[in-house]
Amino acid sequence: MWKRDEAVKPTVPAGSGPTPAPPVGAPPAAEATRMTPSESPRGMEKTTVNIGKSVVIKGELNGSEDLTIEGQVEGKIELRQNVLTIGPNGRIKAQVFAKAVIILGEVTGNVTATEKVDIRDNGSVDGDIAAPRVAIAEGAHFRGSIDMQRTGGKAETKADVKADVKPAAASQPSPQPAGAGASR
Amino acid sequence: MLSDLLKWGGKRPGQPGADPSRPGNGDDPVVASKALPKFLSALNQQTSPVLIDFGPVIGSNVEYFGERLGCKLFIEDLFSEVDRHTRTATLPDLPASFEKRFRHGDASADGVLCWDVFDFLDKTAAQALARQVVRMLRPGGAVMGFFCTSGVEGATFTKYEIVDDSSLRHRRHSGVGGHRRAVQNRDIIRMFEGLIVSDSFLLKNNTREILLRAR
Repeated sequence: MWKRDEAVKPTVPAGSGPTPAPPVGAPPAAEATRMTPSESPRGMEKTTVNIGKSVVIKGELNGSEDLTIEGQVEGKIELRQNVLTIGPNGRIKAQVFAKAVIILGEVTGNVTATEKVDIRDNGSVDGDIAAPRVAIAEGAHFRGSIDMQRTGGKAETKADVKADVKPAAASQPSPQPAGAGASR
Repeated sequence: MLSDLLKWGGKRPGQPGADPSRPGNGDDPVVASKALPKFLSALNQQTSPVLIDFGPVIGSNVEYFGERLGCKLFIEDLFSEVDRHTRTATLPDLPASFEKRFRHGDASADGVLCWDVFDFLDKTAAQALARQVVRMLRPGGAVMGFFCTSGVEGATFTKYEIVDDSSLRHRRHSGVGGHRRAVQNRDIIRMFEGLIVSDSFLLKNNTREILLRAR
């Protein structure tokens, strides 16, 4: 008995304290969201939070992770450093601010992106878009204004846009599925 | 055969999986435009020009006007409006809808792309729309419109996609279309009272390209 206890004890890391809880990643609406499979804490760096079809959110939605919305959101969405995807079932009545916005569902409200707004086939936007790059697929619906935020001289701002977009594209390997924009 | 496949990126237009909407995919004709370069030249005289587009949204046009010319672009798809009213048999309501539709202030636009929308409007609706165009256009601003020379029953809409500074690809539009009527030159001048016809071209395909400018 004594010897067996001694044998077991060293397997517990000394001075590590209580066993760490499984990573949660603080999703914005824990009940409404489910994480994409990511077993290790390191895998959390590229997680995407999903808001399911049956979820209705009224209010302000902030976060620091990529987010996919398949449900309904009314109010304001802010993901300044992340990609927001409005899925085919997503219905948004909100002001949207994000790094990049991919729209396959319906958005009513103004959309502001620091990198790109991409309205895919069957996506719909009723509102004003402000982004350095805007891609609108054939079959998409859009009504509103598009401002590509080029306040300075034309040549100068073109260079600025490229400088802004390229490094981000490198750090974000696949913000959109392959073939995006092919139908433009 | 091989060259065709290479041309279409390995997918023929009729082949499943081929994207029929992709620019250059299909037999959509590319037509040289005489008015377009002049319209673009008028826009280029402004910094961050405000442009109103009466056509359906086309990704490559958005890219062209937004990224290359630095325009602030307003999409007002009047073809879908005409299509909707045609389907619901409420075309007489169109003139009133034009009065309410545009949120733009007086003299707030540097350019208006009318394409050929006036061909699909009756006289009252055309008059109401032209009034709005004149109201919204800034002094020095330009309007580009295409007008047919003879009426057609059951005509379909056309999407005009900018290929380069002087040519347009004419693409089929899914809308219903309807009766296309020929507007006389003198009626165009009357409709756009307050603007001057700065250029008028008759193309080989019998389309009149007309550029109007605000004084």
